[in-house]
Amino acid sequence: MSNIDLSNEETTLSHATLPRGAQWLVGVAAIALGGLALVLGMGIVGAVVIGVLAFLIGYPLWALLVENRRSATDKLITGLVWTAFGIAVIPLIWLVYMVVARGASVISPEFLTYSMRSVTGDEQGGLYHALMGTLIVTGIAALISIPIGIMTAIYLIEYGKGNRLAKAITFLVDVMTGIPSIVAGLFAFALFTLLVGPGTRFGFGGGVALSLLMIPTVVRSTEEMLKLVPDDLREAAYALGVPKWRTITRMVLPTAIGGIVTGVVLAISRVIGETAPLLVASGFNPNMNSNAFDDSPMMTVPVFIFTQLSEATAKGVSYAWGGALVLFVLVMVLNLIARIVGTIFAPKTGR
Amino acid sequence: MTVAADPGADPGVDPKSDLSGRGSVGDVVFRGLAVAAASLILVALAAVFIFLGIEGIPGFNVDAQHYAGQGSFLGLVVPLLFATMYAAVLALIIAVPFSVAIALFISHYAPRRVAVPVAYVIDLLAAVPSVVFGLWGAVALGPYLVPAHAWLAEHLGWLPFFDGQPSGNGRTLFTASIVLAVMILPIITSICREVFAQTPRLHEEAALALGATRWEMVRYAVFPYARSGMVSAVMLGLGRALGETMAIAMIASPKVVISLFIVGTQNPQTIAAHIAQGYKESTPDRLSVLIATGLVLFAFTFLVNAFARWIVARGRAK
Repeated sequence: MSNIDLSNEETTLSHATLPRGAQWLVGVAAIALGGLALVLGMGIVGAVVIGVLAFLIGYPLWALLVENRRSATDKLITGLVWTAFGIAVIPLIWLVYMVVARGASVISPEFLTYSMRSVTGDEQGGLYHALMGTLIVTGIAALISIPIGIMTAIYLIEYGKGNRLAKAITFLVDVMTGIPSIVAGLFAFALFTLLVGPGTRFGFGGGVALSLLMIPTVVRSTEEMLKLVPDDLREAAYALGVPKWRTITRMVLPTAIGGIVTGVVLAISRVIGETAPLLVASGFNPNMNSNAFDDSPMMTVPVFIFTQLSEATAKGVSYAWGGALVLFVLVMVLNLIARIVGTIFAPKTGR
Repeated sequence: MTVAADPGADPGVDPKSDLSGRGSVGDVVFRGLAVAAASLILVALAAVFIFLGIEGIPGFNVDAQHYAGQGSFLGLVVPLLFATMYAAVLALIIAVPFSVAIALFISHYAPRRVAVPVAYVIDLLAAVPSVVFGLWGAVALGPYLVPAHAWLAEHLGWLPFFDGQPSGNGRTLFTASIVLAVMILPIITSICREVFAQTPRLHEEAALALGATRWEMVRYAVFPYARSGMVSAVMLGLGRALGETMAIAMIASPKVVISLFIVGTQNPQTIAAHIAQGYKESTPDRLSVLIATGLVLFAFTFLVNAFARWIVARGRAK
């Protein structure tokens, strides 16, 4: 007798649920509402906003009516999470579109091979000097940072594991990561003001400033990669009587080389777009200057973008977009290289 | 990932164990190089403090005319520091909800084949140079937001943030802090994503098995576990926002002033932007004032970052 009562609706374990595919139904309704708004002349942005709002309100409301409050909250949050993602993608797409569309119309052989030397009014100028400057300054930064960064990481992992100097270095690398980029520029500027003379702005100074920002990144990524090298490899080498330094150079580094190169290339791509330190340390120069040690400012692409924008002329703004496209391509190519190297040398841990 | 370094089995404690003696010179040299490189970091950081100090400390007390019309060092640095914090906090207010939501999206909501490309796209956002963000903010986003400025000033004018004449070109702190938010979003997202992903699987499954909805699972299993990680992510984002220069230098038309008003033509100027805009300076006194403000910025970001690390360490100890 009582068994029959249990099959009664109130004692079943399931409760009323929304039909399957309910979110698609609400979605279609929301899109229809957005379309209606578009027809009524709200503009594309208004229409999208109305559509999204309709979904964000409608779907949880339906769940609230049919299911319960908890389920409605869950659906509201799910909707919000998806919306947040959608909104965050907008700046990226917009920015990439603007850089490519505005930049492409400026890029020409002349733009890439002329400098801004005595360019006035609407005369054709270019960013050759800035491009060369960026390559030189970033090259100097890489030459300084890569050996120091990799050797420091080797010290931290292979020699100083857990000792006091290693702990201090780990902490200091952390501090270095947090140095505001403009402070790195000020440091290089202050350093060479004392060493060379007041107001010294030159290419090498920019390189020093960038290396201060690059070293911690190189140390961090190399450290991570060296940690991945199995201890078995090292022990096998020691067992064969291989000296420690040969073990490191012949066994450990080759095993980790893919990851290290990826990390280094990413570090370069990060500093190549730095503006503030270069503005302070290597300065502004409309002319070509290929000597990083000459006591005169060296132009770089980020500084070119900044100064062209501050010209506040139509030509200046369009040159700034041209510079932005060049810089963007440089950064993306470096990222692509890092990714390709990363996949080619993907760590074969064998487990 | 699969092979964790075992601290107990450190193979390198004793370079002298090389029985043949061959290579011991190489060992000494190589080890020396490694130690030298590591020590160089120590030296470099000490040098940062020393040289900024030598060049900057005179800037605390020079002729009054060099303080950008503010009369004294404090008169200059207090408004700058206020603006630095104000812009960073505004950026955080915008960025944090989005970052947490996107991190959740990647770690718990999106199907895997969506989550991986999304994570990649967010990393791409981090790769865009700050000067390009600044250009975009000044030329594209700012003008687009002009109606929003007018609307805010008209309808929310009773709030001190919007009380005044709105800007006609959108080059305001309002626009700048949105751009700043986009710039710090990737860093906060990636840290949050990592800590969310580390939530013990059993906690999540236990919550779901008790009948929790997905949101309740996130709220009662993921968030408590990730709290200290989230706080440190926010602090690191704050550290980044404090030091960020170009977005504000390029977008907001500046004035050295303490003001909450963010949609007008005279926006409080941050330390970093103030230094960047003096890039053509060559008067030694003015330069040492700029370096002194840089020193203040360095000290301030250092404190913020140290606090973030302390929170992480405390979270780990629990």
